[in-house]
Amino acid sequence: MAILVYAEHDNVSLKKATLNTIAAAKQMGDEVHVLVAGSNNQAVAEAVAKAEGVSKVLVADNAAYEHQMAENIALLVSDVAGGNYSHVVAAATTTGKNFMPRVAALLDVSMISDVTAVVDANTFKRPIYAGNATATVQTSESKIVVTVRTTAFDAVASEGGSASIETLDDVQNAGKSQFVSEEMAKSDRPELTSASIVVSGGRALGSEENFEKYIEPLADKLGAAVGASRAAVDAGYVPNDMQVGQTGKIVAPDLYIAAGISGAIQHLAGMKDSKVIVAINNDPESPIASIADYYLEGDLFSVLPELTSKI
Amino acid sequence: MKALVAVKRVIDYNVKVRVKADHSAVDLTNTKMSINPFDEIAVEEAVRLKEAGVIDEIIVASIGPKESQEQIRSALALGADRGILVQTEDKAYPLQVAKILKNIAETEGTEIILLGKQAIDDDNNQTGQMLAALMGAPQGTFASKVVVESNEVKVTREVDGGLQTVALDLPAIITTDLRLNEPRYAKLPNIMKAKKKPLDEKTPADFGVDMTSKQQIIQVEPPADRKAGIKVGSVDELVDKLKNEAKVI
Repeated sequence: MAILVYAEHDNVSLKKATLNTIAAAKQMGDEVHVLVAGSNNQAVAEAVAKAEGVSKVLVADNAAYEHQMAENIALLVSDVAGGNYSHVVAAATTTGKNFMPRVAALLDVSMISDVTAVVDANTFKRPIYAGNATATVQTSESKIVVTVRTTAFDAVASEGGSASIETLDDVQNAGKSQFVSEEMAKSDRPELTSASIVVSGGRALGSEENFEKYIEPLADKLGAAVGASRAAVDAGYVPNDMQVGQTGKIVAPDLYIAAGISGAIQHLAGMKDSKVIVAINNDPESPIASIADYYLEGDLFSVLPELTSKI
Repeated sequence: MKALVAVKRVIDYNVKVRVKADHSAVDLTNTKMSINPFDEIAVEEAVRLKEAGVIDEIIVASIGPKESQEQIRSALALGADRGILVQTEDKAYPLQVAKILKNIAETEGTEIILLGKQAIDDDNNQTGQMLAALMGAPQGTFASKVVVESNEVKVTREVDGGLQTVALDLPAIITTDLRLNEPRYAKLPNIMKAKKKPLDEKTPADFGVDMTSKQQIIQVEPPADRKAGIKVGSVDELVDKLKNEAKVI
């Protein structure tokens, strides 16, 4: 039996999350097949075929899959998974989180979300209570459906593989939902969930202009992604896709700089696995100060420009 | 049009979590419990739809221990009309909860079904999606905006890259994200009225659902402690540490 991995992509290029997911899948079994579902997505299939550790790529290319609508994707994946697969694995991105539970329900099996470690093919670790505890979950399902936290698994190499590519003729259109529109952030900065350095701002920045004036130059100097606390997003200083936290983005970069963030439980849940944490604010009693590797007490509006110039 | 809202009794979001010494579970003795914050947002959204004249009855359901009645009464105090407690002492896993909710939704003929996107204890983010699949219905997850029209609902969703809007036939399942709304505080007269609103008590067996899951939690550990950090006195010191000690820049 093989492991079925769902590829994360935008129809044009493969997302790094897929390489982390393949790595997790390899810990569950030797033979990994990757399903690439989308529209005009041939280039993605070819990229996946080159990834290390993939035996076979399955391509489903149809307008019904263009926007990754959960109803259609889940019908396709549960159909394919009904074949000789022991596990179905996707990244715990908003795409994976959206459709995978539908797959599990269609297969009438339970699902394990946000796996951070594979103990064996039936046993997984995952965070609960906003990461304040880690549960070890064992399953006896005949088909094991999981999403994996990409920051917990080192990506496989994107070159060196030569998997076969098979075209699927399986078109699933549930017909009850339609894509209307999207507003996607366009940025030259690295993607938040895979960046090696993240600079995050909190409510103390005070305005959208201050994010641009104080956080962005530092991020640019470091080649970093920009993140934010929930409070900063709620206040409208930055868009929602920058939120780091329990229910926002989970990040684990080499360096996380938290500027003007107090460190609510829910924010810490999203970044406490970062290798090095720097906190800059004017409250040494703040929760984030207690988990920071380096804490600098000071006024953001003088510290940040100074830091930017001295790096 | 009727709405069904599902609510879960969970640890209060401000409480510091403790793991039992025997690593079997999280220690909930004497901890403050509350309605799951995302579920409260779901109740609030249903109440706003009722105030706008879009829906005329809100049914709130909870699958859990007897004490979940408190959370149902909270929802009734916010403006829901009647409650259903499906009492179980077994751990409530998403697939089993979804099967019960499907039964309720189909019996009651609810066209709008609202759930919180995830419970802050298990952090699964599965139940709404499973319910939708079991019903063969469309879903709008991580909703930051909901607009109900006569025969469809438009949901704007918070996704990794930004925002996506989808149009869903009814019945539809919507799971709420943080920015959908800010729940009101229940006023005392409404809290008193809520005590008189109907609350049916059922069990999973009444819905033909066995709460046994094929999953089992075999261990619960506290997170690994980070090494203690240091306070730096200046930007120069910070830059020096990052370059020469941590070697991350």
